[in-house]
Amino acid sequence: MNSAAFIVTAIFTVAAALAAATLRNLMHAALSFAAAFVGIAALFFLLGAEFVGLALVFIYIGAVAVLVVFTILLTRRDVGKDRGFNWGGATVAVAVFACLTWSILKTQSLAIGAPHIATLTVKRIGAALMTTYVWPLQCVGILLTAALIGALILVMEERR
Amino acid sequence: MSKSIDQVFLNAKQWLLSWLTGLPTWMVQVVSSLINIFALLAVFLTLFALISVLERKILARMQNRYGPNRVGPFGLFQPIADGIKMLIKEDIVPMRADKIVHFLAPILIAAVAILTLGVIPYGRNMTPFTIDGGILFFFAVGSTTELAVFMAGWGSNNKYSMLGAMRAIAQMISYELPLIISVLPVVMVVGSLAPDRIVAAQAEYTFGLVPRWFVFTPWGAAAFMLFFVSGLVESNRTPFDVPEGESEIVAGHMTEYSGFKYATFFMAEYIGMFAISGLGITLFLGGWHAPLRALEFVPSYAWFFAKLSVLLFVYIWIRGTLPRTRIDQIMNFAWKFMLPMAFTCIIAAAVWHYAGRGLRGWLWSLFVIAIVYAALSMLLDTRRKFAPRVYRFAE
Repeated sequence: MNSAAFIVTAIFTVAAALAAATLRNLMHAALSFAAAFVGIAALFFLLGAEFVGLALVFIYIGAVAVLVVFTILLTRRDVGKDRGFNWGGATVAVAVFACLTWSILKTQSLAIGAPHIATLTVKRIGAALMTTYVWPLQCVGILLTAALIGALILVMEERR
Repeated sequence: MSKSIDQVFLNAKQWLLSWLTGLPTWMVQVVSSLINIFALLAVFLTLFALISVLERKILARMQNRYGPNRVGPFGLFQPIADGIKMLIKEDIVPMRADKIVHFLAPILIAAVAILTLGVIPYGRNMTPFTIDGGILFFFAVGSTTELAVFMAGWGSNNKYSMLGAMRAIAQMISYELPLIISVLPVVMVVGSLAPDRIVAAQAEYTFGLVPRWFVFTPWGAAAFMLFFVSGLVESNRTPFDVPEGESEIVAGHMTEYSGFKYATFFMAEYIGMFAISGLGITLFLGGWHAPLRALEFVPSYAWFFAKLSVLLFVYIWIRGTLPRTRIDQIMNFAWKFMLPMAFTCIIAAAVWHYAGRGLRGWLWSLFVIAIVYAALSMLLDTRRKFAPRVYRFAE
């Protein structure tokens, strides 16, 4: 049951990712990018990491995809123009892929069979964030508040 | 007796599943999920049909006219006539529209609305899908609506559609913040994101009389009001229906949709309304618990749907009462009033918790909320004179 679900979600994710990389229409590519994230979130659900899956949907589809789509809408005027093969992009993609493969192969824990991991509850994540990782959490909070205030200052009306 | 009536739907499901003994476990699981999905769809699509005619009736009553009264007794069969009309209408797709995106948008928006219904506890042991982070699931899936609205607006290749989608996304993103932050105090006080645990935390009665629903604490009342207003905006209802403003942009992102696709948008809007009301009931109004201990013999799901119908009536009542607001008023209200008040609710809930959750905490949290409310209303005093409006980006 689980492996069948895995195969279906994996095919869906890879297909959506390929579509995001190859589609001519930029808006279609952005929407398939969002679909690929649905697939990845489903994979996290299958692994029992509900929180990560939900956070992925929340951030990447609710916020990042909308941002991407708006950026395309507000900036691009040359949609459909052929720019030839993008060598820089291909190089970066190959480098990232090589890095990931290398680090996965180097990881020790993969050699041992899958260990029994207790299901990651939201409660445990919360406890870890509030005790062990409270310092990074506070730093991120300050950064986000600064970004919010910065955005407000950018759009504030000048007094006349 | 009352216990068996309370659990009648669960027993019915068990009886249905008992026919499957002998089949592999995963098949039983799939069938069990399918029964849940079917029950959800049956109940809420019926409720949608019912509320569409009731809304027209109630609005008509408020405007001193009859409303639909031709089809069936009191016009009650009106939704059937409407449904047949919508189904046999011609489905027009504009020639220059993006066919795929135009087709997918109504499907996505309806799917998202129905998915969010799945995590709400409708009665004792009656949560269709128990997820540890149910509240998070609700908002994560709900935030996909923005993308669906954008797809509808962009895929139609129409100025009105795009303008409507822009307006809808702008107000949905702005109000998502107070909506989620007004939920945080409840999550903090209960210490769980699971809807079942939140309902269980509101089960007791003070002096056996006043239920311990969160809406009866000062922070809970303030958070519930913020939640309700944000819910109004998220479901694009009057007075926040600028995305569909008929007088300016035809029907917003739904301009180029006809027939059954338009009906799907309409359905998604109403189901979204049911879902957000259901979540409000779960978080603040004690879920399926009875308002008095003496009334606990009434089945739990009856209480849930009684509360739901009260909230839906308030939605209709507001629609019949208030005119449409301007977009700048909506935005100012979100960022200058709703957001600070939502943060205040978190602090007030913390004060309530550390002052012992009793009368003392009640008074202290009321004090905190009153101070911030007074300060905000003085700062945001709208009686001061405004300079003439300057358009900087659209000359």
